[in-house]
Amino acid sequence: MMSATTQSPNITVDNLSVTYNNAKLALYNASCTVEAGSITALVGPNGSGKSTLFRSIMGFLSPSQGRVLVGGFPVKKAQKQQWMAYVPQADEVDWNFPVSVFDVVMMGRYGYMNLLRIPSAKDKRLVMESLERVGMSEFRHRQIGELSGGQKKRAFLARALAQEGKVILLDEPFAGVDVKTEKRIIDLMIQLREEGHTILVATHDLMSVSTFCDRTILLNGTILASGVTEETFTEENLEMTFGGLPVANFGELTGR
Amino acid sequence: MNYLIATNILNWFVEPLQYGFLVQAIWVSAFVGLVCAVLSCYITLKGWSLMGDAISHAVVPGVVVAYAMNIPFAIGAFIFGFGATVAIGYIKSNTRLKEDAVIGIVFTGFFAFGLVLVTKIPSNIDLFHILFGNVLGISGQDIIQTLIAGMITLVVILLRRKDLLLFCFDPNHAKAIGLNTQMMYYTLLSVLALTIVAALQTAGIILVISMLVTPGSIGYLLSDRFDYMLIISVISSIISCVLGTYISYHLDVSTGGSIVVLLTLLFVLAMIFAPKYGILVQQLRKRSNQAFDEEKIKI
Repeated sequence: MMSATTQSPNITVDNLSVTYNNAKLALYNASCTVEAGSITALVGPNGSGKSTLFRSIMGFLSPSQGRVLVGGFPVKKAQKQQWMAYVPQADEVDWNFPVSVFDVVMMGRYGYMNLLRIPSAKDKRLVMESLERVGMSEFRHRQIGELSGGQKKRAFLARALAQEGKVILLDEPFAGVDVKTEKRIIDLMIQLREEGHTILVATHDLMSVSTFCDRTILLNGTILASGVTEETFTEENLEMTFGGLPVANFGELTGR
Repeated sequence: MNYLIATNILNWFVEPLQYGFLVQAIWVSAFVGLVCAVLSCYITLKGWSLMGDAISHAVVPGVVVAYAMNIPFAIGAFIFGFGATVAIGYIKSNTRLKEDAVIGIVFTGFFAFGLVLVTKIPSNIDLFHILFGNVLGISGQDIIQTLIAGMITLVVILLRRKDLLLFCFDPNHAKAIGLNTQMMYYTLLSVLALTIVAALQTAGIILVISMLVTPGSIGYLLSDRFDYMLIISVISSIISCVLGTYISYHLDVSTGGSIVVLLTLLFVLAMIFAPKYGILVQQLRKRSNQAFDEEKIKI
Protein backbone atom coordinates (compact mmCIF):
# COMPACT_ATOMS: atom_id res chain seq x y z
CA MET A 1 0.00 0.00 0.00
CA MET A 2 2.66 2.51 1.09
CA SER A 3 5.06 1.68 -1.69
CA ALA A 4 2.40 2.43 -4.25
CA THR A 5 2.04 5.99 -3.00
CA THR A 6 5.74 6.80 -2.75
CA GLN A 7 6.99 5.24 -6.00
CA SER A 8 5.73 6.08 -9.43
CA PRO A 9 3.01 3.68 -10.58
CA ASN A 10 3.01 1.60 -13.74
CA ILE A 11 0.03 1.20 -16.07
CA THR A 12 -1.22 -2.21 -17.09
CA VAL A 13 -3.74 -2.61 -19.88
CA ASP A 14 -5.33 -6.02 -19.76
CA ASN A 15 -7.21 -7.44 -22.78
CA LEU A 16 -8.98 -4.15 -23.46
CA SER A 17 -11.69 -3.74 -26.09
CA VAL A 18 -13.71 -0.61 -26.77
CA THR A 19 -16.85 -0.42 -28.88
CA TYR A 20 -18.48 2.92 -29.59
CA ASN A 21 -22.21 3.67 -29.79
CA ASN A 22 -22.20 3.26 -33.56
CA ALA A 23 -21.07 -0.35 -33.00
CA LYS A 24 -17.61 0.43 -34.34
CA LEU A 25 -14.90 -1.61 -32.69
CA ALA A 26 -12.21 0.98 -32.00
CA LEU A 27 -9.79 -1.21 -30.08
CA TYR A 28 -9.68 -4.96 -29.52
CA ASN A 29 -7.84 -7.27 -27.10
CA ALA A 30 -5.19 -4.67 -26.28
CA SER A 31 -2.72 -5.71 -23.61
CA CYS A 32 0.41 -3.76 -22.73
CA THR A 33 2.36 -2.29 -19.84
CA VAL A 34 3.71 1.18 -19.34
CA GLU A 35 6.71 0.69 -17.06
CA ALA A 36 6.93 2.80 -13.93
CA GLY A 37 9.37 5.71 -14.28
CA SER A 38 9.69 5.44 -18.06
CA ILE A 39 8.88 7.67 -20.97
CA THR A 40 6.74 5.54 -23.22
CA ALA A 41 5.49 6.50 -26.67
CA LEU A 42 2.15 5.37 -27.97
CA VAL A 43 2.49 5.33 -31.73
CA GLY A 44 -0.01 4.54 -34.46
CA PRO A 45 -1.61 6.11 -37.53
CA ASN A 46 -4.86 8.11 -37.37
CA GLY A 47 -7.83 5.88 -36.59
CA SER A 48 -5.59 3.20 -35.06
CA GLY A 49 -7.34 3.37 -31.69
CA LYS A 50 -4.50 5.42 -30.22
CA SER A 51 -6.72 8.05 -28.69
CA THR A 52 -9.24 5.38 -27.68
CA LEU A 53 -6.55 3.59 -25.67
CA PHE A 54 -5.37 6.92 -24.34
CA ARG A 55 -8.85 7.91 -23.24
CA SER A 56 -9.44 4.51 -21.66
CA ILE A 57 -6.28 4.86 -19.58
CA MET A 58 -7.47 8.31 -18.47
CA GLY A 59 -10.86 6.85 -17.58
CA PHE A 60 -12.73 9.11 -20.02
CA LEU A 61 -14.55 6.18 -21.59
CA SER A 62 -15.52 2.79 -20.28
CA PRO A 63 -14.25 -0.29 -22.13
CA SER A 64 -16.61 -3.04 -23.24
CA GLN A 65 -14.08 -5.64 -22.13
CA GLY A 66 -10.87 -5.80 -20.09
CA ARG A 67 -9.46 -3.33 -17.61
CA VAL A 68 -6.79 -0.75 -16.94
CA LEU A 69 -4.83 -0.66 -13.68
CA VAL A 70 -2.60 2.17 -12.52
CA GLY A 71 -0.12 1.13 -9.84
CA GLY A 72 -2.36 -1.89 -9.29
CA PHE A 73 -5.47 0.24 -8.69
CA PRO A 74 -8.48 0.94 -10.90
CA VAL A 75 -8.19 4.25 -12.80
CA LYS A 76 -10.94 5.91 -10.70
CA LYS A 77 -8.94 5.27 -7.53
CA ALA A 78 -5.76 6.60 -9.14
CA GLN A 79 -7.63 9.75 -10.20
CA LYS A 80 -8.85 10.34 -6.64
CA GLN A 81 -5.21 10.06 -5.47
CA GLN A 82 -4.29 12.82 -7.96
CA TRP A 83 -1.91 10.46 -9.77
CA MET A 84 -3.28 11.08 -13.25
CA ALA A 85 -2.26 14.33 -14.94
CA TYR A 86 -3.36 14.95 -18.49
CA VAL A 87 -2.16 17.39 -21.14
CA PRO A 88 -4.88 17.62 -23.80
CA GLN A 89 -4.51 18.07 -27.54
CA ALA A 90 -4.74 21.70 -28.62
CA ASP A 91 -7.98 21.21 -30.55
CA GLU A 92 -9.76 19.78 -27.50
CA VAL A 93 -9.53 23.13 -25.73
CA ASP A 94 -11.94 26.07 -26.13
CA TRP A 95 -9.32 28.82 -26.50
CA ASN A 96 -11.98 31.54 -26.37
CA PHE A 97 -12.97 30.54 -22.85
CA PRO A 98 -12.65 33.55 -20.50
CA VAL A 99 -9.93 32.18 -18.20
CA SER A 100 -6.34 33.28 -17.66
CA VAL A 101 -3.26 31.07 -17.75
CA PHE A 102 -3.05 31.34 -13.96
CA ASP A 103 -6.68 30.16 -13.61
CA VAL A 104 -5.99 27.14 -15.81
CA VAL A 105 -2.89 26.10 -13.88
CA MET A 106 -4.81 26.55 -10.60
CA MET A 107 -7.35 24.01 -11.90
CA GLY A 108 -4.59 21.44 -11.47
CA ARG A 109 -4.88 21.97 -7.71
CA TYR A 110 -8.69 21.63 -7.38
CA GLY A 111 -8.42 17.97 -6.37
CA TYR A 112 -6.47 18.96 -3.25
CA MET A 113 -8.83 21.73 -2.16
CA ASN A 114 -12.02 21.62 -0.11
CA LEU A 115 -15.42 21.74 -1.83
CA LEU A 116 -15.34 25.53 -2.18
CA ARG A 117 -11.98 25.28 -4.02
CA ILE A 118 -10.33 28.07 -2.08
CA PRO A 119 -6.60 27.92 -2.83
CA SER A 120 -4.17 27.65 0.08
CA ALA A 121 -0.78 29.33 0.21
CA LYS A 122 0.73 26.02 -0.89
CA ASP A 123 -1.59 25.84 -3.90
CA LYS A 124 -0.58 29.33 -4.99
CA ARG A 125 3.11 28.60 -4.47
CA LEU A 126 2.93 25.39 -6.52
CA VAL A 127 1.07 27.18 -9.32
CA MET A 128 3.74 29.88 -9.47
CA GLU A 129 6.56 27.30 -9.36
CA SER A 130 4.96 25.32 -12.16
CA LEU A 131 4.54 28.44 -14.29
CA GLU A 132 8.16 29.32 -13.57
CA ARG A 133 9.34 25.87 -14.57
CA VAL A 134 7.79 26.04 -18.03
CA GLY A 135 8.80 29.69 -18.42
CA MET A 136 5.25 31.03 -18.45
CA SER A 137 5.25 33.26 -15.33
CA GLU A 138 5.16 36.50 -17.28
CA PHE A 139 2.16 35.33 -19.31
CA ARG A 140 0.09 34.22 -16.32
CA HIS A 141 -2.49 37.02 -16.64
CA ARG A 142 -3.08 36.43 -20.35
CA GLN A 143 -6.35 35.00 -21.55
CA ILE A 144 -5.47 31.55 -22.90
CA GLY A 145 -6.39 32.43 -26.47
CA GLU A 146 -3.75 35.18 -26.50
CA LEU A 147 -0.89 32.66 -26.47
CA SER A 148 1.19 31.13 -29.25
CA GLY A 149 0.93 27.42 -29.97
CA GLY A 150 3.97 26.59 -27.87
CA GLN A 151 2.87 28.79 -24.98
CA LYS A 152 -0.54 27.12 -24.96
CA LYS A 153 1.13 23.72 -24.65
CA ARG A 154 3.36 24.97 -21.83
CA ALA A 155 0.38 26.42 -19.94
CA PHE A 156 -1.29 23.01 -19.86
CA LEU A 157 2.01 21.32 -18.98
CA ALA A 158 2.19 23.69 -16.01
CA ARG A 159 -1.25 22.53 -14.94
CA ALA A 160 -0.03 18.91 -14.98
CA LEU A 161 3.02 19.95 -12.92
CA ALA A 162 0.86 21.82 -10.40
CA GLN A 163 -1.25 18.71 -10.00
CA GLU A 164 1.88 16.78 -8.98
CA GLY A 165 0.58 13.74 -10.85
CA LYS A 166 2.84 10.69 -10.72
CA VAL A 167 1.56 9.65 -14.13
CA ILE A 168 1.53 12.24 -16.90
CA LEU A 169 -0.21 11.58 -20.18
CA LEU A 170 0.44 13.89 -23.12
CA ASP A 171 -1.77 13.77 -26.20
CA GLU A 172 0.11 14.87 -29.34
CA PRO A 173 2.33 17.33 -27.42
CA PHE A 174 4.31 18.36 -30.51
CA ALA A 175 1.40 19.19 -32.80
CA GLY A 176 1.60 22.84 -33.82
CA VAL A 177 4.67 23.78 -31.79
CA ASP A 178 8.01 25.05 -33.06
CA VAL A 179 11.29 23.16 -32.80
CA LYS A 180 12.42 25.21 -29.80
CA THR A 181 9.29 24.40 -27.80
CA GLU A 182 9.51 20.77 -28.83
CA LYS A 183 13.01 20.56 -27.41
CA ARG A 184 11.91 22.34 -24.27
CA ILE A 185 9.03 19.90 -23.74
CA ILE A 186 11.33 16.94 -24.31
CA ASP A 187 13.86 18.29 -21.79
CA LEU A 188 11.09 18.76 -19.26
CA MET A 189 9.84 15.20 -19.80
CA ILE A 190 13.34 13.84 -19.25
CA GLN A 191 13.63 15.85 -16.02
CA LEU A 192 10.25 14.56 -14.88
CA ARG A 193 11.34 11.00 -15.56
CA GLU A 194 14.43 11.57 -13.41
CA GLU A 195 12.08 12.74 -10.66
CA GLY A 196 10.28 9.42 -10.93
CA HIS A 197 7.21 10.22 -13.00
CA THR A 198 5.70 7.74 -15.41
CA ILE A 199 5.10 9.45 -18.75
CA LEU A 200 3.00 8.28 -21.68
CA VAL A 201 3.09 10.27 -24.92
CA ALA A 202 0.62 9.67 -27.74
CA THR A 203 2.25 10.87 -30.94
CA HIS A 204 2.64 10.25 -34.62
CA ASP A 205 5.90 12.15 -34.70
CA LEU A 206 8.11 9.15 -35.39
CA MET A 207 11.30 11.17 -35.73
CA SER A 208 11.35 12.39 -32.15
CA VAL A 209 10.24 9.14 -30.51
CA SER A 210 13.56 7.38 -30.89
CA THR A 211 15.44 10.35 -29.42
CA PHE A 212 13.81 10.44 -25.97
CA CYS A 213 11.32 7.60 -25.43
CA ASP A 214 12.64 4.61 -23.46
CA ARG A 215 9.84 2.38 -24.60
CA THR A 216 7.38 2.33 -27.46
CA ILE A 217 3.96 0.79 -27.92
CA LEU A 218 2.96 0.39 -31.57
CA LEU A 219 -0.70 0.01 -32.26
CA ASN A 220 -3.20 -0.31 -35.05
CA GLY A 221 -6.51 -1.70 -33.89
CA THR A 222 -4.67 -3.69 -31.26
CA ILE A 223 -1.16 -3.70 -29.77
CA LEU A 224 1.26 -4.80 -32.49
CA ALA A 225 4.53 -4.41 -30.60
CA SER A 226 5.64 -3.09 -27.26
CA GLY A 227 9.00 -2.84 -25.52
CA VAL A 228 12.29 -0.96 -25.51
CA THR A 229 12.28 1.58 -28.32
CA GLU A 230 15.42 0.24 -30.08
CA GLU A 231 13.83 -3.21 -30.25
CA THR A 232 10.30 -2.16 -31.25
CA PHE A 233 11.38 0.33 -33.89
CA THR A 234 12.17 -2.24 -36.53
CA GLU A 235 11.34 -1.77 -40.18
CA GLU A 236 9.09 -4.80 -39.99
CA ASN A 237 7.07 -3.47 -37.01
CA LEU A 238 6.66 -0.02 -38.51
CA GLU A 239 5.62 -1.57 -41.81
CA MET A 240 3.01 -3.57 -39.92
CA THR A 241 1.73 -0.54 -37.96
CA PHE A 242 1.62 1.92 -40.79
CA GLY A 243 1.18 -0.76 -43.47
CA GLY A 244 0.55 0.83 -46.82
CA LEU A 245 0.79 4.33 -45.42
CA PRO A 246 3.64 6.47 -46.67
CA VAL A 247 6.09 6.78 -43.79
CA ALA A 248 9.13 8.82 -44.67
CA ASN A 249 12.55 7.27 -44.30
CA PHE A 250 12.06 3.99 -42.49
CA GLY A 251 15.78 3.44 -42.76
CA GLU A 252 16.62 6.73 -41.12
CA LEU A 253 14.22 6.02 -38.26
CA THR A 254 15.44 2.56 -37.52
CA GLY A 255 19.07 3.52 -38.07
CA ARG A 256 19.63 1.09 -40.87
CA MET B 1 -36.19 74.28 -19.67
CA ASN B 2 -33.53 71.78 -18.57
CA TYR B 3 -35.22 71.72 -15.22
CA LEU B 4 -38.49 70.78 -16.89
CA ILE B 5 -36.92 67.86 -18.77
CA ALA B 6 -35.25 66.66 -15.61
CA THR B 7 -38.51 66.64 -13.66
CA ASN B 8 -40.23 64.90 -16.54
CA ILE B 9 -37.67 62.13 -16.52
CA LEU B 10 -37.84 61.93 -12.77
CA ASN B 11 -41.62 61.69 -12.94
CA TRP B 12 -41.38 58.94 -15.53
CA PHE B 13 -39.55 56.87 -12.92
CA VAL B 14 -41.25 58.04 -9.72
CA GLU B 15 -44.89 58.37 -10.71
CA PRO B 16 -45.52 54.61 -11.23
CA LEU B 17 -44.02 53.85 -7.82
CA GLN B 18 -47.26 54.87 -6.13
CA TYR B 19 -48.75 51.58 -7.36
CA GLY B 20 -47.85 48.64 -5.16
CA PHE B 21 -48.26 46.09 -7.94
CA LEU B 22 -45.75 47.95 -10.09
CA VAL B 23 -43.12 48.31 -7.37
CA GLN B 24 -43.53 44.59 -6.81
CA ALA B 25 -43.20 43.83 -10.52
CA ILE B 26 -40.03 45.92 -10.73
CA TRP B 27 -38.16 44.22 -7.93
CA VAL B 28 -39.36 40.75 -8.86
CA SER B 29 -38.20 41.14 -12.44
CA ALA B 30 -34.91 42.66 -11.26
CA PHE B 31 -34.38 39.62 -9.03
CA VAL B 32 -35.22 37.25 -11.89
CA GLY B 33 -32.87 39.26 -14.11
CA LEU B 34 -30.08 38.75 -11.57
CA VAL B 35 -30.60 34.98 -11.31
CA CYS B 36 -30.88 34.50 -15.08
CA ALA B 37 -27.81 36.66 -15.74
CA VAL B 38 -25.61 34.67 -13.35
CA LEU B 39 -26.68 31.36 -14.82
CA SER B 40 -26.51 32.63 -18.40
CA CYS B 41 -22.72 32.97 -18.11
CA TYR B 42 -22.45 29.23 -17.54
CA ILE B 43 -25.09 28.30 -20.10
CA THR B 44 -23.47 30.30 -22.91
CA LEU B 45 -20.01 28.95 -22.11
CA LYS B 46 -21.27 25.38 -21.89
CA GLY B 47 -23.28 25.76 -25.10
CA TRP B 48 -26.53 24.70 -23.48
CA SER B 49 -28.84 27.35 -24.98
CA LEU B 50 -30.91 24.73 -26.77
CA MET B 51 -31.13 22.72 -23.56
CA GLY B 52 -32.53 25.81 -21.79
CA ASP B 53 -35.10 26.22 -24.55
CA ALA B 54 -36.06 22.57 -24.18
CA ILE B 55 -36.53 22.77 -20.40
CA SER B 56 -38.59 25.95 -20.64
CA HIS B 57 -41.07 24.31 -23.02
CA ALA B 58 -41.11 21.03 -21.13
CA VAL B 59 -42.35 22.63 -17.90
CA VAL B 60 -45.85 23.34 -19.31
CA PRO B 61 -47.47 19.99 -18.44
CA GLY B 62 -45.90 20.30 -14.98
CA VAL B 63 -47.58 23.64 -14.39
CA VAL B 64 -50.97 22.26 -15.42
CA VAL B 65 -50.63 19.10 -13.33
CA ALA B 66 -49.51 21.15 -10.33
CA TYR B 67 -52.57 23.38 -10.54
CA ALA B 68 -54.85 20.36 -10.94
CA MET B 69 -53.29 18.71 -7.88
CA ASN B 70 -53.32 22.00 -6.00
CA ILE B 71 -49.56 21.99 -5.25
CA PRO B 72 -47.16 24.90 -5.93
CA PHE B 73 -46.62 25.28 -9.69
CA ALA B 74 -42.86 25.48 -9.17
CA ILE B 75 -42.71 21.86 -8.01
CA GLY B 76 -44.60 20.52 -11.02
CA ALA B 77 -42.61 22.70 -13.40
CA PHE B 78 -39.28 21.62 -11.93
CA ILE B 79 -40.13 17.92 -12.06
CA PHE B 80 -41.20 18.05 -15.70
CA GLY B 81 -38.36 20.36 -16.75
CA PHE B 82 -35.77 18.17 -15.10
CA GLY B 83 -37.51 15.02 -16.31
CA ALA B 84 -37.20 16.24 -19.89
CA THR B 85 -33.43 16.61 -19.53
CA VAL B 86 -33.15 13.11 -18.08
CA ALA B 87 -35.18 11.79 -21.01
CA ILE B 88 -32.91 13.67 -23.43
CA GLY B 89 -29.79 12.26 -21.78
CA TYR B 90 -31.17 8.72 -21.80
CA ILE B 91 -32.32 8.77 -25.43
CA LYS B 92 -29.08 10.34 -26.60
CA SER B 93 -26.85 7.74 -24.98
CA ASN B 94 -29.02 4.77 -26.00
CA THR B 95 -29.82 5.54 -29.61
CA ARG B 96 -27.79 6.64 -32.60
CA LEU B 97 -29.63 9.97 -32.83
CA LYS B 98 -27.77 13.26 -32.62
CA GLU B 99 -28.41 15.51 -29.63
CA ASP B 100 -30.26 18.32 -31.43
CA ALA B 101 -32.76 15.84 -32.89
CA VAL B 102 -33.34 14.28 -29.48
CA ILE B 103 -33.84 17.69 -27.84
CA GLY B 104 -36.27 18.72 -30.59
CA ILE B 105 -38.33 15.55 -30.20
CA VAL B 106 -38.49 15.55 -26.40
CA PHE B 107 -39.32 19.18 -25.73
CA THR B 108 -42.02 19.46 -28.38
CA GLY B 109 -43.48 16.21 -27.05
CA PHE B 110 -43.63 17.58 -23.51
CA PHE B 111 -44.97 20.93 -24.71
CA ALA B 112 -47.70 19.33 -26.83
CA PHE B 113 -48.70 17.14 -23.89
CA GLY B 114 -49.01 20.31 -21.82
CA LEU B 115 -51.24 21.90 -24.46
CA VAL B 116 -53.51 18.87 -24.47
CA LEU B 117 -53.72 18.94 -20.67
CA VAL B 118 -54.39 22.66 -20.45
CA THR B 119 -57.32 22.40 -22.84
CA LYS B 120 -58.77 19.32 -21.15
CA ILE B 121 -58.28 19.82 -17.40
CA PRO B 122 -60.62 22.48 -16.11
CA SER B 123 -58.53 25.12 -14.35
CA ASN B 124 -58.11 28.85 -14.20
CA ILE B 125 -54.70 28.70 -15.87
CA ASP B 126 -54.27 31.34 -18.50
CA LEU B 127 -52.16 29.74 -21.23
CA PHE B 128 -51.21 33.20 -22.44
CA HIS B 129 -49.61 33.95 -19.05
CA ILE B 130 -47.57 30.75 -19.10
CA LEU B 131 -46.37 31.45 -22.60
CA PHE B 132 -45.58 35.13 -22.21
CA GLY B 133 -45.39 35.84 -18.47
CA ASN B 134 -47.48 38.11 -16.30
CA VAL B 135 -45.24 39.88 -13.82
CA LEU B 136 -47.62 42.85 -13.45
CA GLY B 137 -50.30 40.53 -12.14
CA ILE B 138 -48.06 38.19 -10.14
CA SER B 139 -49.61 36.84 -6.93
CA GLY B 140 -47.94 36.80 -3.52
CA GLN B 141 -47.69 33.01 -3.58
CA ASP B 142 -46.03 33.05 -6.98
CA ILE B 143 -43.52 35.63 -5.76
CA ILE B 144 -42.55 33.34 -2.89
CA GLN B 145 -42.03 30.45 -5.31
CA THR B 146 -39.94 32.65 -7.60
CA LEU B 147 -37.83 33.83 -4.67
CA ILE B 148 -37.21 30.32 -3.34
CA ALA B 149 -36.27 28.90 -6.75
CA GLY B 150 -34.03 31.90 -7.45
CA MET B 151 -32.31 31.85 -4.06
CA ILE B 152 -31.54 28.14 -4.27
CA THR B 153 -29.98 28.73 -7.70
CA LEU B 154 -27.85 31.62 -6.47
CA VAL B 155 -26.61 29.72 -3.40
CA VAL B 156 -25.78 26.58 -5.37
CA ILE B 157 -23.85 28.57 -7.98
CA LEU B 158 -22.05 30.61 -5.32
CA LEU B 159 -20.87 27.45 -3.56
CA ARG B 160 -20.05 25.38 -6.68
CA ARG B 161 -18.99 28.13 -9.07
CA LYS B 162 -15.42 26.96 -9.57
CA ASP B 163 -16.40 23.36 -10.23
CA LEU B 164 -19.16 24.42 -12.61
CA LEU B 165 -16.74 26.64 -14.49
CA LEU B 166 -14.22 23.80 -14.72
CA PHE B 167 -17.03 21.54 -15.92
CA CYS B 168 -17.85 24.01 -18.70
CA PHE B 169 -14.21 24.53 -19.64
CA ASP B 170 -12.60 21.10 -19.38
CA PRO B 171 -14.77 18.22 -18.14
CA ASN B 172 -11.99 15.75 -19.02
CA HIS B 173 -9.60 17.41 -16.59
CA ALA B 174 -12.33 17.40 -13.95
CA LYS B 175 -12.61 13.65 -14.45
CA ALA B 176 -8.83 13.20 -14.44
CA ILE B 177 -8.55 14.79 -11.00
CA GLY B 178 -11.25 12.51 -9.64
CA LEU B 179 -14.15 14.95 -9.50
CA ASN B 180 -17.67 13.70 -10.07
CA THR B 181 -18.60 15.17 -13.46
CA GLN B 182 -21.92 13.33 -13.54
CA MET B 183 -22.85 15.24 -10.39
CA MET B 184 -21.74 18.55 -11.96
CA TYR B 185 -23.85 17.79 -15.03
CA TYR B 186 -26.97 17.26 -12.94
CA THR B 187 -26.19 20.22 -10.68
CA LEU B 188 -26.04 22.56 -13.68
CA LEU B 189 -29.19 21.03 -15.18
CA SER B 190 -31.06 21.39 -11.87
CA VAL B 191 -30.20 25.05 -11.42
CA LEU B 192 -31.09 25.64 -15.07
CA ALA B 193 -34.53 24.10 -14.48
CA LEU B 194 -34.91 26.08 -11.23
CA THR B 195 -34.02 29.35 -12.96
CA ILE B 196 -36.58 28.71 -15.65
CA VAL B 197 -39.17 28.07 -12.96
CA ALA B 198 -38.18 31.35 -11.31
CA ALA B 199 -38.45 33.27 -14.57
CA LEU B 200 -41.71 31.70 -15.68
CA GLN B 201 -43.92 34.48 -14.28
CA THR B 202 -41.74 37.30 -15.54
CA ALA B 203 -40.78 36.38 -19.06
CA GLY B 204 -42.91 33.35 -19.85
CA ILE B 205 -41.61 30.14 -21.34
CA ILE B 206 -41.15 31.51 -24.84
CA LEU B 207 -38.92 34.42 -23.85
CA VAL B 208 -37.10 32.97 -20.85
CA ILE B 209 -34.42 31.55 -23.13
CA SER B 210 -33.47 35.10 -24.06
CA MET B 211 -32.87 35.99 -20.41
CA LEU B 212 -30.74 32.84 -20.13
CA VAL B 213 -28.57 33.43 -23.18
CA THR B 214 -28.43 37.12 -24.06
CA PRO B 215 -26.90 38.59 -20.85
CA GLY B 216 -24.10 36.01 -20.85
CA SER B 217 -23.47 36.63 -24.54
CA ILE B 218 -23.20 40.39 -23.95
CA GLY B 219 -20.66 39.73 -21.17
CA TYR B 220 -18.76 37.29 -23.38
CA LEU B 221 -18.47 39.84 -26.19
CA LEU B 222 -17.24 42.56 -23.85
CA SER B 223 -14.74 40.69 -21.71
CA ASP B 224 -12.42 37.72 -21.66
CA ARG B 225 -12.35 37.28 -17.89
CA PHE B 226 -15.13 35.33 -16.29
CA ASP B 227 -15.59 37.72 -13.34
CA TYR B 228 -16.07 40.75 -15.63
CA MET B 229 -18.30 38.74 -17.92
CA LEU B 230 -20.49 37.94 -14.90
CA ILE B 231 -20.67 41.57 -13.77
CA ILE B 232 -21.52 42.88 -17.26
CA SER B 233 -24.10 40.16 -17.68
CA VAL B 234 -25.81 40.99 -14.38
CA ILE B 235 -25.80 44.75 -14.99
CA SER B 236 -27.23 44.53 -18.51
CA SER B 237 -29.86 42.05 -17.39
CA ILE B 238 -31.07 44.06 -14.39
CA ILE B 239 -31.16 47.31 -16.39
CA SER B 240 -33.27 45.61 -19.07
CA CYS B 241 -35.62 44.07 -16.52
CA VAL B 242 -36.25 47.29 -14.59
CA LEU B 243 -36.49 49.58 -17.62
CA GLY B 244 -38.54 47.00 -19.48
CA THR B 245 -41.10 46.88 -16.69
CA TYR B 246 -41.35 50.70 -16.70
CA ILE B 247 -41.78 50.82 -20.47
CA SER B 248 -44.39 48.10 -20.31
CA TYR B 249 -46.36 50.21 -17.81
CA HIS B 250 -46.01 53.55 -19.62
CA LEU B 251 -46.67 52.27 -23.14
CA ASP B 252 -49.08 49.54 -22.03
CA VAL B 253 -47.16 46.79 -23.82
CA SER B 254 -46.04 43.26 -22.90
CA THR B 255 -43.57 43.24 -19.98
CA GLY B 256 -41.63 40.16 -21.04
CA GLY B 257 -41.52 41.54 -24.57
CA SER B 258 -40.15 44.93 -23.45
CA ILE B 259 -37.47 43.31 -21.30
CA VAL B 260 -36.27 41.06 -24.11
CA VAL B 261 -36.36 43.84 -26.72
CA LEU B 262 -34.12 45.95 -24.44
CA LEU B 263 -31.76 43.03 -23.81
CA THR B 264 -31.54 42.37 -27.52
CA LEU B 265 -30.79 46.05 -28.19
CA LEU B 266 -27.95 45.92 -25.65
CA PHE B 267 -26.68 42.79 -27.37
CA VAL B 268 -26.70 44.49 -30.78
CA LEU B 269 -24.78 47.45 -29.33
CA ALA B 270 -22.22 45.10 -27.75
CA MET B 271 -21.92 43.10 -30.95
CA ILE B 272 -21.15 46.17 -33.03
CA PHE B 273 -19.16 48.33 -30.62
CA ALA B 274 -17.37 45.84 -28.33
CA PRO B 275 -13.81 47.17 -28.00
CA LYS B 276 -12.09 43.88 -28.77
CA TYR B 277 -14.55 41.44 -30.32
CA GLY B 278 -16.98 43.94 -31.90
CA ILE B 279 -17.77 43.84 -35.60
CA LEU B 280 -16.63 47.43 -36.05
CA VAL B 281 -13.20 46.92 -34.52
CA GLN B 282 -12.67 43.70 -36.41
CA GLN B 283 -13.57 45.36 -39.71
CA LEU B 284 -11.17 48.20 -38.98
CA ARG B 285 -8.46 45.73 -38.05
CA LYS B 286 -9.01 43.78 -41.26
CA ARG B 287 -8.84 46.98 -43.29
CA SER B 288 -5.65 48.20 -41.64
CA ASN B 289 -4.09 44.78 -42.17
CA GLN B 290 -5.01 44.96 -45.83
CA ALA B 291 -3.54 48.43 -46.11
CA PHE B 292 -0.43 47.15 -44.39
CA ASP B 293 -0.15 44.25 -46.83
CA GLU B 294 -0.60 46.59 -49.81
CA GLU B 295 2.18 48.80 -48.45
CA LYS B 296 4.43 45.79 -48.23
CA ILE B 297 3.67 44.77 -51.80
CA LYS B 298 4.57 48.25 -53.04
CA ILE B 299 7.89 48.09 -51.24
